Amino acid sequence: MQKRVTFNNKWLPYLLLAPQIVVTIVFFFWPAGQAIYQSAFIPDPFGLSTQFVGLGNFEFLLSDPYYLSSFGTTAIFSFFVTLISMSFALWLAVMTDRVIKGSGPYRTLLVWPYAVAPAIAGVLWLFMFNPSIGILPWYLAQVGYDWNHTLNGGEAMTLVILAAAWKQISYNFLFFLAGLQSIPRSVIEAAAIDGASFWKRFRTIVFPLLAPTTFFLLVVNVVYAFFETFGVIHTITAGGPQQSTTILVYKVYADGFVGQDLGSSAAQSVILLIIVGLLTVVQFRYIERRVHY
Amino acid sequence: MAEIALRDIRKSYGPTEVIHGVSADIADGELIVIVGPSGCGKSTLLRMVAGLETVTAGSIAIGGRVVNDLEPRERDIAMVFQNYALYPHMSVFDNMAYGLKIAGISKSDIAAKVNDAARMLELEPYLARKPRQLSGGQRQRVAMGRAIVRSPSAFLFDEPLSNLDAKLRVQMRLEIKALQRKLGVTSLYVTHDQVEAMTLADRMIVMNEGVAEQIGTPLEVYNNPATTFVAGFIGSPPMNFLDAERLRSVLARQGPNRLDRAVTIGIRPEHVERTTVGNGLLDATVAFIEALGAETLLHLKTDAGETVVVRSANPEETVRPGERIGLKAVPDHLFAYDADGRRVASED
Ligand SMILES: Nc1ncnc2c1ncn2[C@@H]1O[C@H](COP(=O)(O)OP(=O)(O)OP(=O)(O)O)[C@@H](O)[C@H]1O
Ligand SMILES: [Mg+2]
Repeated sequence: MQKRVTFNNKWLPYLLLAPQIVVTIVFFFWPAGQAIYQSAFIPDPFGLSTQFVGLGNFEFLLSDPYYLSSFGTTAIFSFFVTLISMSFALWLAVMTDRVIKGSGPYRTLLVWPYAVAPAIAGVLWLFMFNPSIGILPWYLAQVGYDWNHTLNGGEAMTLVILAAAWKQISYNFLFFLAGLQSIPRSVIEAAAIDGASFWKRFRTIVFPLLAPTTFFLLVVNVVYAFFETFGVIHTITAGGPQQSTTILVYKVYADGFVGQDLGSSAAQSVILLIIVGLLTVVQFRYIERRVHY
Repeated sequence: MAEIALRDIRKSYGPTEVIHGVSADIADGELIVIVGPSGCGKSTLLRMVAGLETVTAGSIAIGGRVVNDLEPRERDIAMVFQNYALYPHMSVFDNMAYGLKIAGISKSDIAAKVNDAARMLELEPYLARKPRQLSGGQRQRVAMGRAIVRSPSAFLFDEPLSNLDAKLRVQMRLEIKALQRKLGVTSLYVTHDQVEAMTLADRMIVMNEGVAEQIGTPLEVYNNPATTFVAGFIGSPPMNFLDAERLRSVLARQGPNRLDRAVTIGIRPEHVERTTVGNGLLDATVAFIEALGAETLLHLKTDAGETVVVRSANPEETVRPGERIGLKAVPDHLFAYDADGRRVASED
């Protein structure tokens, strides 16, 4: 039973909601409106006047091979960031869940990366993987592998994926652990008595019961990979080499603020907006349906 | 054949020992009820048999095989939990079929076994439902069904009825008993309800603070409680306990005295009879009267302040609160206990 709150004053509910509404309008609707508006114009080379081009910016974008390849980059990046951060977090959560004594310190330690700012996380990984002074390239050199992510696009991609995934693991871990701990112990015990091994129990009981958590995290992680990884990419690769790590959100920045092509940048924002909308709808419509039991 | 043998089982959590050496032999096909107050270690004992808790010391054998170091799934047992522990994301059918699927039994055999069990438990209309769409009693049956389809060599029950309402509990109690008779599977049944224990058990283990105080058939335990704890725990209302010292002179008058070493004398409420003041073991004042229809319970206070309950078969008692009456005991129904609460062996 949900309890309905009734207000005597007609305006009080609006007043209470006002801060949230203001924030949403100022930081979401207003910029979104601006982006949609600007996407229909191109500025002249000196930025003194703008010219209306309708859908011209979009037409240009969709025939731009760099833009199209950025789609592929984003897909690969998001897929691996989500996959790595979620599966690793799940593994950690399962292990922590098995530790009965002293799981507190583990949990606390595992949560730390979440408190690290994206840019700092980027710098951290950048140092570790720096081709000339980093510790890991040195180890790799020992086994005969020449690491240089500033030249090799694949290595650059690996690095930003690792850094971005690492930062998100804590968050996923906390949710997975809470999800695991909400599964009644006796259900697991019943499965053990029914003959299921640890792995079998995980596959047939634990994982299905975690589905709501997994689904929620899937949405959060995809959104994270799409939008919140800007800092990581900016500090580690700045989109390079040869745009190999330029995901869509980074391209918005690169074209708009570096390239000063505000019309194209705005059009890209609009496309991103549409993608997020679609993604969320798809996730809720098709995946959530299989989640509830 | 699956007899269960417990040999001096001990369990410690860190430095605290909670089970202090329990031994019992459970015959094949027997229904043994472990009964005792909350926190006495019933569940812990059962879970050690199931393999859900490690055994600190002692040995557990099922069907002649020591299972101390075996996983639960290697012990060939089934367990019914207090909260049923059904798999919430699976249908009733899949809940019951889960163990069979893991055992690698063919689809058609699984369907046959599950349908058999469903028929026996009257669950056929619900096979496609999820647990959350069932009532408590139906969930309880599914949990039973999940246990019986696997035809294990032993059933373990941990307070399986305590989440049901009183009426359903009585009904399910009879069904469990009938089912166990029919299947003839060795069963260990944990409960804190002494009525449930009395009605279900072939034999019962009365536990207190990690010790098995007495093991025996319900009537043996009721008629010959080995300790004051058992005497007070089994039977409702519980046995009356009186200070032996004050009764000694009276008892001596009544003939050969086998209660010499007794510190406490116990008398069941139904073994106390009324007599005139000064002519019985002792006199007492009526405190209040509970008329239960078929019988009446008289609650009395002795002059030393002890409470004595008398069960009277007379539904229309004429005594009134405040009245003084004399009490005597039905011969041979006095139980003598020593300072440790243990029964003093009769010497005649
Ligand atoms: N994991 C544990 N760690 C420490 N002590 C425990 C643990 N599990 C149980 N105990 C202790 O062991 C004793 C026996 O517990 P147990 O659960 O077996 O009692 P019970 O007889 O089943 O009681 P109830 O009727 O309330 O279920 C209790 O004193 C309890 O505090
Ligand atoms: Mg218990």
